[in-house]
Amino acid sequence: MSEEREPPPLPGAAQTVFPEPQDAEDLFVSAASAMESPEAACLSAEDISPSSNGPRDDDPDDLFAEATEEVSLDSPERQPILSDGPSPAITPVTPVMISPRVDVFDRSPDQDEDEEENRDTFDIQISVSDPEKVGDGMNAYMVYKVTTKTSLSIFSRDEVCVKRRFSDFLGLYSKLASKYMHMGYIVPPAPEKSIVGMTKVKVGKEDLSSVEFVEKRRSALERYLLRTVKHPALLKDPDVLQFLESSELPRAVSTQALSGAGILRMVNKAADAVNKMTIKMNESDAWFEEKQQQFENLDVQLRKLHASVESLVCHRKELSVNTASFAKSAAMLGNSEDHTALSRALSQLAEVEEKIDQLHQDQSYADFYLISELLGDYVRLITAVKGVFDQRMKAWAKWQDAQVMLQRKREAEAKLQYANKPDKLQQATDEIREWEGKVQQGERDFEQISKNIRREVGRFEKDRVKDFRVVIIKYLESLVHTQQQLIKYWEAFLPEAKAIA
Amino acid sequence: MQEGLDDGPDFLSEEDRGPRAVNVDLQTDATLQVDISDALSERDKVKFTVHTKSTLPNFKQNEFSVVRQHEEFIWLHDSFVENEEYAGYIIPPAPPRPDFDASREKLQKLGEGEGSMTKEEFTKMKQELEAEYLAIFKKTVAMHEVFLCRVAAHPVLRKDLNFHVFLEYNQDLSVRGKNKKEKLEDFFKNVVKSADGVLVAGVKDVDDFFEHEKTFLLEYHNRVKEASAKSDRKIRSHKNAADDINRIASTLYTLGTQDSTDLCKYDNDFPFSRKIEARVAADEDLKLADLLKYYLRESQAAKDLLYRRGRALVDYENANKALDKARAKNKDVLQAETTQQVCCQKFEKISESAKQELIDFKTRRVAAFRKNLVELAELELKHAKGNLQLLQSCLGVLKGDT
Repeated sequence: MSEEREPPPLPGAAQTVFPEPQDAEDLFVSAASAMESPEAACLSAEDISPSSNGPRDDDPDDLFAEATEEVSLDSPERQPILSDGPSPAITPVTPVMISPRVDVFDRSPDQDEDEEENRDTFDIQISVSDPEKVGDGMNAYMVYKVTTKTSLSIFSRDEVCVKRRFSDFLGLYSKLASKYMHMGYIVPPAPEKSIVGMTKVKVGKEDLSSVEFVEKRRSALERYLLRTVKHPALLKDPDVLQFLESSELPRAVSTQALSGAGILRMVNKAADAVNKMTIKMNESDAWFEEKQQQFENLDVQLRKLHASVESLVCHRKELSVNTASFAKSAAMLGNSEDHTALSRALSQLAEVEEKIDQLHQDQSYADFYLISELLGDYVRLITAVKGVFDQRMKAWAKWQDAQVMLQRKREAEAKLQYANKPDKLQQATDEIREWEGKVQQGERDFEQISKNIRREVGRFEKDRVKDFRVVIIKYLESLVHTQQQLIKYWEAFLPEAKAIA
Repeated sequence: MQEGLDDGPDFLSEEDRGPRAVNVDLQTDATLQVDISDALSERDKVKFTVHTKSTLPNFKQNEFSVVRQHEEFIWLHDSFVENEEYAGYIIPPAPPRPDFDASREKLQKLGEGEGSMTKEEFTKMKQELEAEYLAIFKKTVAMHEVFLCRVAAHPVLRKDLNFHVFLEYNQDLSVRGKNKKEKLEDFFKNVVKSADGVLVAGVKDVDDFFEHEKTFLLEYHNRVKEASAKSDRKIRSHKNAADDINRIASTLYTLGTQDSTDLCKYDNDFPFSRKIEARVAADEDLKLADLLKYYLRESQAAKDLLYRRGRALVDYENANKALDKARAKNKDVLQAETTQQVCCQKFEKISESAKQELIDFKTRRVAAFRKNLVELAELELKHAKGNLQLLQSCLGVLKGDT
């Protein structure tokens, strides 16, 4: 008998009250946002970090005031971060991660210059929340509320709220990538499109999987924004500022797969792939070679890990379902047993198993939101890193090509000198000068990108270690909690079992 | 006293496999002690060495061993079932066929995939699969042993001639497995029997005790069946999750060795914590699932006893009616009388022993459940505590590391 896993009953406080104009799909909105809280509730019940709608701030007048009741870990832990300065070093999948423990890893003694200058001023907090469905049928889309709270001067206000849709995020990413990637900056990639997921949402299916999909996406978007602003150069970028602040954003149609820009992108990607195969770079710098190899290995391992974790999440969910059904059958067995003590013991067993099933379920949420999503993010990030290395190769190739051209121009000039054509000679000299400039520029660019990459990779590594460590600690703590609960349950059961006479 | 399996961790390691009576609580009796001292697994056969220690006069020696195969156990069981004399007793259920197919398949697949993984991974996986194979092997030996011990402990069955032949005759019993024709016959017999069973069950019993037992057993049997199936499924998914965790651990380990950061310290502890999950699944399997499976078979055997008694009752009543008819017609009275007397005796004999058997069944059942539930809880606690300790030390290392 397959049992439908219904979401746990909704807690009293549901954040459905907004001053903003509601859409026609009121039902979906309230269902969606209320659906998110059960995950929060059942997790917070177990003291595991609730994966609620992003970090909630403790503004008293806030619409989220009600929500802070359920999300038990709020205000006290929020303060340390705001004062602690740079790179929260956490991807706030769960608010609890932003906890006083962050203090432990904050200051590593030797920091880069640019980090130093940001230390006192980096103070920004972004949350993505309240997905709403706008429109109907196949043209429907989800709109997310992006809230930025900051004391940085580059922002016009302390707190900004805007509404953005998924393609806006993609648009932001493509703009940033085109501006910065060729300089060697690692631009965090945006979450991936998902046709299946989106279609389900568009069609209006209100089942658990589409709710989960929306939640997954919301959380991914939040992490994306946080990573983006963590990058000191990107934070100052006007596009980012516009994205976070302006209420109206031009629709980023170029992110659609079948648009002109989309096709151009695909062609470019193919061309890049071909180029990569043909460019044979003389690597003079061992550091780059070593790093590239390292990232290759990391990529492979992370992908494997990601696959295993996803399989674990799936199996644990299965385990939880099976445990629940076993609990029921044990209870029935206890009922039919006519020896009273044994019967009682069997019922107790059934109860224990039921509680364990809940534990398993919560554990699987933790598995998923903590580990699996992080791994997915890093797999994509490493692709971005590899992309940056490729850019360096392209820069080198450009420089080399410029040198080759220069050489050819010089030869052409020499030939013209022999042939003694003064007018063409002038042109040739001009061209030579032009190409000399290009060669110099190419060399400069190459040096610059190499320098940038070194810095970026250093920052990336540091962030990676921090991220992973924090997440792993969180995860271990959730495991510890599970084991403690298990111990509690079995200890309660043992005397019952012993009491069977 | 034949002790159950106490040590969780040793379960997966090579150790002297002492006799295990996991699911029954039997009294020792110096007059006849049976155990399986050794077992060999050949291609698709398992050969058990049955070792007997006895002070009974009818055996030629005091201590001796023979080699038996699964089919011979089945033959012994069937001979009990077919023997009318034992109609009033719960026949200990036959041990299930040794089934190594799944494990063998996995080992084969591993062998084929040898090229695609590192030497470390390969040896580790091989060890795990071998441990699994060993575990299944131990289990099947235990089940066969339990069957023999039950027979040896039963006051009447232990005197059975076939049983003695089984224990002593040191040549091949030339018992062959049933061929197709016989299997078909069995099938039809079963169909007839179950139809009859329904008929017989419909007859209300005068004796309250038996009536109660009948309803109880029917319900109990069904529920045990369901619980057994569900627990199997649960343990299977638990094992799947444990497998995943092992894979994660090995990937982390590789990551740790390649990665130059200090995350690798953490990576080394993780694998051990994860082995515990696999053991938890294995222990649950042992204590809970096996218990339920065994009682599934036992309750079926008890049901069979009740059926036989019910059958005898029906026969007795029919004979009574026939006698009355004969007396009325005054024809074949003597014959009817003898039939009636025979039926009466049979019925009463069955009833008498059945009552005691069913009471014993209940006592055994309660004791076995108690033992196993207690051990299950203790093992779960032990593992959870061990796990907790490991995790906390891991956390300590990570947190202390800045």
